[in-house]
Amino acid sequence: MSPPFLYALVGIGLFCLGFHALIVHAHLLRKILAINVMGSGVFLNLVALGDRGTAATPDPVTHAMVITGIVVAVSVTAFALMLLLQMAAETGHTELTGEGSEQR
Amino acid sequence: METLALLQWVLDALIGSGLLWLAWRALASPQLLRAVVWFVVFGLVMALAWVRLDAPDVALAEVAIGAGLTGALLLATLVRLPALETAQGEARQSGMRSPGTGILRYLSVALLSLVAVGLVYSVLSFPAISEGLAPEVGANLEASGVSNPVTAVLLNFRAYDTLLEVHVLLLALLGAWSLGGLPAPPATAPGPVLDTLARLLAPLLILVAAYLLWIGARAPGGAFQAGAVLGAASVLLLLAGWRPHPAFTRLPLRLVLVAGPGLFLLIALVTGLTGGSLLEFSPVRAGMLIFLLEAVATLSIGATLAALFFGERPNHGEGQ
Amino acid sequence: MHLSDYLASALLILGTLFFLAGAVGLLRFPDVYTRLHALTKTDNVGLCLIVAGLAVQAESWFVVGKLVLIWLLVLLAAASVAHLIARGAMQRGIKMWKR
Repeated sequence: MSPPFLYALVGIGLFCLGFHALIVHAHLLRKILAINVMGSGVFLNLVALGDRGTAATPDPVTHAMVITGIVVAVSVTAFALMLLLQMAAETGHTELTGEGSEQR
Repeated sequence: METLALLQWVLDALIGSGLLWLAWRALASPQLLRAVVWFVVFGLVMALAWVRLDAPDVALAEVAIGAGLTGALLLATLVRLPALETAQGEARQSGMRSPGTGILRYLSVALLSLVAVGLVYSVLSFPAISEGLAPEVGANLEASGVSNPVTAVLLNFRAYDTLLEVHVLLLALLGAWSLGGLPAPPATAPGPVLDTLARLLAPLLILVAAYLLWIGARAPGGAFQAGAVLGAASVLLLLAGWRPHPAFTRLPLRLVLVAGPGLFLLIALVTGLTGGSLLEFSPVRAGMLIFLLEAVATLSIGATLAALFFGERPNHGEGQ
Repeated sequence: MHLSDYLASALLILGTLFFLAGAVGLLRFPDVYTRLHALTKTDNVGLCLIVAGLAVQAESWFVVGKLVLIWLLVLLAAASVAHLIARGAMQRGIKMWKR
């Protein structure tokens, strides 16, 4: 199996690992970590599949999209962490409680 | 040489399995601090994977932004969390158990296994050799004004994506600021070592950022990597106890933050209205325009990342 | 292969062995202070050897200068960070390991 496909499979594995952690964990910080891992998996997949050519340089469009993706991921992470801190400051816990309607 | 190809395959397999193992440790560690540290190491090994895939620009961005800045943000949040959690919140603080975990876990594993199998099958059925868009980019590279294909794609061929991207960064900061009222990071006096380190490294980091910006036209580098290094310099100074002068944080800071997206928008409007299509650069002026855009964007990105790290809206209690 | 290739390979492998020793120290030593000691020293020397190995094969003196600058910066950062971690551990009351 050539390196591009090897890394593409690793990217799929990371995506599924992150998705599982996102579903199963209750703590919001772990969910944020899980979303980041999912994003990294998708980026790895993109760049790996862009490296399949025979030219000297691999496909630069996938590189540009992944750089954009990394910056957007850090923006999302920063905002999500602010929301987490705000929620902890107002309610005192860091997990989404199951009680729903009585809260607000 | 056959052994060389085999060694390279072994290296790729080691990096790949290392990535999966590190991600598992990051997501499954019982203690949050360890999970965050595993995540930063995961980002660093990911940079190795980018280098193996011939993506040095992406490796630079990943190390500076993905591993460095994201790690700093996560740690800054972890430090502030215990003071905010009440005893009631702490009672359920193991963080890894939720009602119905048993069924949810098995269901999730089963469904995701199906998804994984489907994705693996579809990826493996792609053709083994595919040029992608590299030939088109190569054919149009001289007309783009730079000789680094990734910079050409980012700031010329797909400049619209970059326009939206700098706006997303600004939006995240606006959202974080609109939440307001977060407790400021605890300001402890830095020891002599951290103080000296900050004083030594900050000018050097500014120089490195300028170098990355300049070299981005010809070699791996560019506005985002340079902006991330500037942001890192600001984070270092903030950690060493430096705070910007209050006169700077009123208007000038906001001007710096808006300058990057604003210039992009201005150039987009000008090129869109004066004939031609949106963000179409003539080959004569493209090089200069790209450098101008990158320079202003670097300052904006550095300021935005530093402001995101600091968290609290500056001059918060002054009737803004 | 030239003599310089053999020399570069020898330096690179020696540097890797130092990094390996540091990793073994990280796993085997009993407390945070001894682990910091093992890691910082071996990583600095290991990186010096790897930079030397790369410098042998560099194309110009400019590249050698950049490599040496990288090594000096890592030296500065590693020493400062080791100090900060040890200071933080002391302030949290982590005791040193006694035999």
